[in-house]
Amino acid sequence: MKQLQEQVARNPEGDNLIIRTAVRLLVPFIQLYGLYVIVHGHYSPGGGFQGGVVLGASFILLALAYDLKTSLRFMSERVNNLLSNLGALIFIGIALLCALLGGLFLDYAALERLIPLGAEEWHSLGIFLVELGVGLAVMSIMVSLFWDLASGGDMEEGL
Amino acid sequence: MLWIAGFLIVAGLFFFAVGVLGILRFPDFYTRLHAAGKCDSLAAVLVIAGVALYNLTDYSLANLLVSIKIMAIAVFVFVASPTATHAITKAALVIGVEPWTRKDREQ
Repeated sequence: MKQLQEQVARNPEGDNLIIRTAVRLLVPFIQLYGLYVIVHGHYSPGGGFQGGVVLGASFILLALAYDLKTSLRFMSERVNNLLSNLGALIFIGIALLCALLGGLFLDYAALERLIPLGAEEWHSLGIFLVELGVGLAVMSIMVSLFWDLASGGDMEEGL
Repeated sequence: MLWIAGFLIVAGLFFFAVGVLGILRFPDFYTRLHAAGKCDSLAAVLVIAGVALYNLTDYSLANLLVSIKIMAIAVFVFVASPTATHAITKAALVIGVEPWTRKDREQ
């Protein structure tokens, strides 16, 4: 036992083969599942917020199993900022577009006047577009929160 | 089909019960984690497989799709649960949690 403890203490970060292999195996499926939750959000349990959290958690898992630099290689800070703003823009854009087209704020049936698909279709599709925006924003805010908290804001080295 | 599903779920519940017994009765951190990690992975997979089979009792393509999704959860648990147990054990080893020995019993 003592010998094992010394061996681990000598090299605490190196021998992470099991964790890293499992994470490398799971992360693509976690991201696929996050997209599934977002896409099915408007007629089954789930939605933009939950799917966004799952997507963000996959990047956090990468950062925990490898290090901060690796997760920054998969999604840089600039792309992250862009995605969070894009998500908020999609949400507000759809909502204001509905208002400008003569409906209420977030009244998807008003989008009928732009592309005639039928009011019910637009109820479903409008919620899907808004959920997509929410998912993007939540994912990038989750990842950005983790990066900033783990590295003290300088993105140099974290957990 | 129904009987096999019931047998799998009951077997899973048995392993869950054994795991809880292990967590309550074992003396230290490592042995408790040993009980929890092994029994929970196996029991969760058994219960999930039972539920997937039960879902197939009135067979249709939609039900088959749902069963495949449920089995995907089983695969996920089977990969993620032992990895999590390994990570927790290693963290305990790094910060120096002492294992239980025969000396502790005599005190």
